[in-house]
Amino acid sequence: MNLQVILFSIFAIGAVASALLTITRRNPVASAMSLVGHFFMLSGLYLTLEAQFVAAVQVLVYAGAIMVLVVFVIMLLNLGKEQQLAERGNALRITLGTAVAAIFVVLMAMAVLGRPTGANQLSDQAIAIGTTEAVGQSLFTEYLFPFEAVSLLLLAALIGSVILAKRHVKEGV
Amino acid sequence: MLPTSIPLDYYLILSAVLFVIGVVGVITRRNAIIIFMSIELMLNAVNLSMVAFSAFSGDIAGQMYVFFIMAVAAAEAAVGLAIVLSLFRNRQTVYVDEVNIMKW
Repeated sequence: MNLQVILFSIFAIGAVASALLTITRRNPVASAMSLVGHFFMLSGLYLTLEAQFVAAVQVLVYAGAIMVLVVFVIMLLNLGKEQQLAERGNALRITLGTAVAAIFVVLMAMAVLGRPTGANQLSDQAIAIGTTEAVGQSLFTEYLFPFEAVSLLLLAALIGSVILAKRHVKEGV
Repeated sequence: MLPTSIPLDYYLILSAVLFVIGVVGVITRRNAIIIFMSIELMLNAVNLSMVAFSAFSGDIAGQMYVFFIMAVAAAEAAVGLAIVLSLFRNRQTVYVDEVNIMKW
């Protein structure tokens, strides 16, 4: 048992467990907190892959920005525990969900185990391409156009969300 | 040579399992905000496999995609939560099965 195996096991089990907690908790705040834990576990997994920049951005953007937004909305809506649906819909939904999950897991296992990639060694460049310097270098040269496009998308999303969430005072809605 | 003994396949299977957990969350839950969080789970599962491919092949493109996916996820979070807010303001519910005005 070397360090890599131990770290991968901890982060992988933590990621799966926190993901399961996220989708099973009745209380939305508990779900959101489990999801924050999940993002930290994923950040650890990125570090085992030598992707330092992505790991830092994961914590900053997901655990920091997006989850604060989600928790804010939960607070604004003052949500309580989710009520169980009494009618037939619930059993059907859970059966369907489990069936989809089983089929997909079997398909993916067949796809991955049927043709193993055989890669068990990180590339020699793995450390070099994970740094902020390398990512920034690439972002502002080769990927400059998508970078500008994504900034436009963020601006559009910003304006769109303000308009959507605004109270329409004149119509009295 | 970097020392690692975790094969790429392990990361891919972990990513698939996390993606499936997200799918099950979307199918089984009724709360729009939790469905929204399950979508984030799926996005992150894909990000994990992208970073794994990037690190194992030594190509930075995978990490660039992850960066852009995060930006799109942030935009999606803003718009999605605004929709949930205005839905709650108009219908006093966040349960997706109680919103069936577009269902025939």
